[in-house]
Amino acid sequence: MLRRALQPGLSRGVLGRGLGTHRGRSTLDQNGKVSEIKKKIQSVLPRGAWNPLRDTSYLPPEHSDVVIVGGGVIGLSVAYWLKRLEKPQGAIRVLVVERDHTYSQASTALSVGGIRQQFSVPENIQLSLFSVEFLRNINEYLAVVDDPPLDIQFNPSGYLLLASEKGAAVMESNVKVQRQEGAKVCLMSPEQLRNKFPWINTEGVALASYGMEHEGWFDPWCLLQGLRRKVQSMGVLFCHGEVTRFVSSSSHTETTSGEEVTLRRIHEVHAQEEMYLSRCPVCGPGPPSPPPLVPAGEDGPQPGVPACGMCPRDQCGRGLVWPDRRAGWCREGAPWHPAGHPAPCGAEEKGPGLETPFVIDASGAYFRREGLGNNYLGGCSPTEEEEPDPGNLEVDHDFFQDKVWPPLAQRVPAFETLKVRSAWAGYYDYNTFDQNGVVGPHPLVVNMYFATGFSGHGLQQAPAVGRAVAEMVLDGHFRTINLSPFLFNRFYLGEKVQEHNII
Amino acid sequence: MAAPRAPLHLVTPVWNRGTRGTRGLSRAVAPEGSQKKGRSLLQFLADRFYDVQALREYLLRKQVLKVHQKNRPFTYIRERFGPHAAGAYFILKQGGAVKFQGKEWIRSDARGHFSLDFLKFQAVPVEAVDASGCAINYQGLDSVCEWAETAGLFICPSVVGSRKDHSASPPPPTVALKELQSLWLQRCPHVDDWCLGRLHPLANSLQELSLAGCPRISERGLASLHHLQNLRRLDISDLPAVSNPGLTRILVEEMLPSCQVLGADWAQGLPSGPEEQSRDTASPLPA
Repeated sequence: MLRRALQPGLSRGVLGRGLGTHRGRSTLDQNGKVSEIKKKIQSVLPRGAWNPLRDTSYLPPEHSDVVIVGGGVIGLSVAYWLKRLEKPQGAIRVLVVERDHTYSQASTALSVGGIRQQFSVPENIQLSLFSVEFLRNINEYLAVVDDPPLDIQFNPSGYLLLASEKGAAVMESNVKVQRQEGAKVCLMSPEQLRNKFPWINTEGVALASYGMEHEGWFDPWCLLQGLRRKVQSMGVLFCHGEVTRFVSSSSHTETTSGEEVTLRRIHEVHAQEEMYLSRCPVCGPGPPSPPPLVPAGEDGPQPGVPACGMCPRDQCGRGLVWPDRRAGWCREGAPWHPAGHPAPCGAEEKGPGLETPFVIDASGAYFRREGLGNNYLGGCSPTEEEEPDPGNLEVDHDFFQDKVWPPLAQRVPAFETLKVRSAWAGYYDYNTFDQNGVVGPHPLVVNMYFATGFSGHGLQQAPAVGRAVAEMVLDGHFRTINLSPFLFNRFYLGEKVQEHNII
Repeated sequence: MAAPRAPLHLVTPVWNRGTRGTRGLSRAVAPEGSQKKGRSLLQFLADRFYDVQALREYLLRKQVLKVHQKNRPFTYIRERFGPHAAGAYFILKQGGAVKFQGKEWIRSDARGHFSLDFLKFQAVPVEAVDASGCAINYQGLDSVCEWAETAGLFICPSVVGSRKDHSASPPPPTVALKELQSLWLQRCPHVDDWCLGRLHPLANSLQELSLAGCPRISERGLASLHHLQNLRRLDISDLPAVSNPGLTRILVEEMLPSCQVLGADWAQGLPSGPEEQSRDTASPLPA
């Protein structure tokens, strides 16, 4: 069966070449090359279309070693690590294709910006630990001569996850795993919670896990701009466009058991009429027919299109990277006026103070402190059944009234008198299979790599994932953090790597 | 077939990198002050010559490595003489001062030399550390408050109260300077918010902490001081990176109720009273 054919052994051998060999376009026919040269010579002659004096330096290059689809935090992180780990320096030309340079709908810019190690899968914990180390030393990693240092405004306040009776045992085992990996997390009983955070109502809470160090929240926009600035100084090229299709060639091989397998190799990446050649695109998948493609990383995929056009449905089981999952956030603050009631005068009840961590309730609603002026940022992700239309990023205020505010007000009584100041919605690159990222090479497309599907924790894992993908592209295997559980193979092998702590 | 606007090349071109236009984002802030002329010449050269750029990047990296070298851990001393001696040696090497329990202050002299007698005090804990002005950073604080403990469930050190026994009682963590009572980090240029998050293992013993004059500490780092419930004196005066000193001081006082907070006057930053407002409208600058 195709399953056995695509076991890791075969895949790694085929794909493990990295960027060592320069194959060029040897698979295309020689006649095509000759006719191309003929056309070029014709355009030079008097009636041709060539204009040598025209400045085309603003165009992206025609040839590039690596094309990264998507210029959010994951794409830029991959570009950074590719340039940092390449040997010798300057060997690889990297091109980042981003459709919206203002990042108006990008998940990175709309993210709450939290970073935590409280996951259930050890690889996630390691990714997050490295990312924290990257953020702590961000001015060493992303230093550009003559430019001001970055201030990502990290709040080391920690995460507080609350569990009911049902989830207490799972939380305990998760904390054990987290501490084994080196996260500084401790468990708290309800009495300890009340002593430490007097504003909390511990009804229904059986156990809480609290991150003491390396957890908190920061400014994702600053990280994005810092990465952008640094990769530009390292020589990464940018293209403003949306990738529309790939042009690839296919070759047929036989597996050890005699199965026919079609392997593809992408030669051209087309984006908005501008054509350039690539040896090794890094992104979402490339189907042979042209539906719109999936950008990498946090920018949500096109709605309605399954992420992988290559595998037919029956082979992969359920859907893979599902279009979008919406997270709605609202800011809350001072007195709230219920409809029909006058505002109570001077009844400004104080909310949780400076020590407030990022609190995640057992129901899935979360909040954190924002600034010093009694403002908080909170929200909740809708469940899969309540998922609204992904194309529409309008805020649903009823969602706040019904799903976000009641659990938060029950957990923190001071929030009964709160007022919404603003709200926005953003995308999760949600993996419906097991809520974990997809990292690594495509089994059937020889020169394509994934870095997507992080289901809400892409920002906090971006530096580490970028390094892992760069290692895979340059060396053919993971070097520092072993992300083999996150390879694409797990979809058709049916091996779930379920992440339980998803907000 | 190339698009009509694309350049005509019969051979694959080498893409020129680093023209002025593509690097627009990297010139965010113009250099200020008297170094403008010298700085812009260096910038000019760095933009045009890879060698100059590489040299400047090398010099920048060297500066960073210098700080790292100063904060390296002294593992041999720790294994041989114990965590207290190692922590004391580290602080003295940086140019600070250390006080062991029942002994006098030990300082390094102007040339950085200090006596090694304290290596004989094997089990005497360090009571106070004065690291003012030292180049101590996050990594260096490992020598002061490292959390090294064996696997097992653990109670927050700052929480007082009973706990449901989910498993056998866990072993306590081994902290480098367990009984440190005073820590002075005044005017340390590399102590930032991350370092404050590192101080939580000292919660049981630390009673006095001074952060006056540290340029990188902001109110976000001060929020992580709530672990230190035994703190009695906290000095947060003159922190340039704190956006709202008066309000921050109030919030810190609420966070640590039994601690005396020395810092900005709470009225600082408030708008002036009515008797001064008439004068303010006359003068162009706000009070």
